[in-house]
Amino acid sequence: MSTITEIAILVLAAFVGFEVISKVPNTLHTPLMSGTNAIHGIVLLGGLLLMHEAHGVLEHALLVIAIAFGTINIVGGFVVTDRMLGMFKRKPDLPSGDGDQPQIEGDGK
Amino acid sequence: MIVSAIFIQRANFIDACYIVAFSLFIYGMSGLTGPRTAVRGNKIAAVGMATAIIATLLTPHVLSGSSTPWLMLLGVAIGVGVGVPAARNVRMTAIPQMVALFNGVGGGAVAIIAWIEYRHHFHSGLSFWVQKSEIPTLFAAIVGSISFWGSNIAFGKLQEILPGRPIKLPGQTIINSVLFVICIGSAIVLAAGTHSQGLFIIGILLAAAILGNMVVLPIGGADMPVVISLLNAFTGLSAAATGIALNNTAMIVAGMIVGASGSILTNLMAKAMNRSVPAIVAGGFGGAIAAPAAAGGEDRGPVRSTTAQDVAIQLSYARQVVIAPGYRMAVAQAQHAVRELERALEKKGVTVKFAIHPVAGRMPGHINVLLAEPMCPTTCWARWTRSTRNSRART
Repeated sequence: MSTITEIAILVLAAFVGFEVISKVPNTLHTPLMSGTNAIHGIVLLGGLLLMHEAHGVLEHALLVIAIAFGTINIVGGFVVTDRMLGMFKRKPDLPSGDGDQPQIEGDGK
Repeated sequence: MIVSAIFIQRANFIDACYIVAFSLFIYGMSGLTGPRTAVRGNKIAAVGMATAIIATLLTPHVLSGSSTPWLMLLGVAIGVGVGVPAARNVRMTAIPQMVALFNGVGGGAVAIIAWIEYRHHFHSGLSFWVQKSEIPTLFAAIVGSISFWGSNIAFGKLQEILPGRPIKLPGQTIINSVLFVICIGSAIVLAAGTHSQGLFIIGILLAAAILGNMVVLPIGGADMPVVISLLNAFTGLSAAATGIALNNTAMIVAGMIVGASGSILTNLMAKAMNRSVPAIVAGGFGGAIAAPAAAGGEDRGPVRSTTAQDVAIQLSYARQVVIAPGYRMAVAQAQHAVRELERALEKKGVTVKFAIHPVAGRMPGHINVLLAEPMCPTTCWARWTRSTRNSRART
């Protein structure tokens, strides 16, 4: 892939990122931060891609650490986000509300 | 027919998988911005991640070599073994430092990968490599290292391993500037070509590590969420840079989305706290840190302490009660007690409202997350946000 294509992808992805986040209620800032945090664990791919090219004990050991780090980032990030969001779910034993739809229209910034 | 012809080559199939993966990231993240779609959005993003990982493993030569698959498995096993219990067992009050830690290890992974990437091309002596991958790799090394150490310091402060108050050294601004110049200078020397590259890259990683420590240490505990969000954006950017160096579309897109959304989120958080991002970071760099503290001291009105019995009497004779929960309620695990109180008061015919400051707790929305546990299914949110808005309108 040419450098210019990659930079184009980079710029477009930046706009997508800006667009997606522009209207988030305050209550969801923490889960969102945690969710995006999990997504940048994608660096794990870098570790996987480089492993077969590694020479010597040092590089192998470092890459195992990098893969472990990336995995912690991904797995931990998604699990924590899921736990956080799970707390907002309706619980069966609680008295059900008045059937109101949850309305979190962007609570300011 | 046409589709199978396109997918007949493995490389194309893998690229298609990457496209599916980052589409799922984007779709999942837009789900995370709404309360009803958030849980699903998170799962969709996780499926995207799984797709990207599987596609990477299917890439030609990636699994070649006798020890390669086992070492990968070892790394993943360690990661799952550490990550899952940590995420499962963490108390909800400790979420911010957990996010900091997960962010830090991500940054660490970026720094290590950049280092390895550098060593390879140094050893194989490819001179044309300079054209394309060198700058992103050096960027990833510097930013990844800053993010790793900065996040660890943030974790230490929030976990109260390190003192939460700002730690300042004399001449901090000068030291930080010198470190910054060392990082950039070594990067330029490396990019221009030198004989002792192996040393320079380690020098860069070390200087960036010290810089990460020095920048976050002077920042007070209250500003930490903004710093974590900023470092989160940094890690995203460095992941995107690694993606460019490795020609990996999924990494470029995922990293950049996190980088962009992270910087917006950082800005929103800082605004919600009535701070600006430059002031917070520069507060660490020099002077401005004293200003908010002094202002906080002057604004403080008289505090009236009382006893539980007095409060009970006052509450039961009140017509309307507004409860403004803070972080300490969560630390004391008093959510359930507050819920009981609300029920008891409502039985007596007292109107109870909740006023949650948008940045109560240690992150914006932190208290809402904590309170959601004992108190309310999603239907209560409407009331909360409405009363939050009311209380803010009144003040």
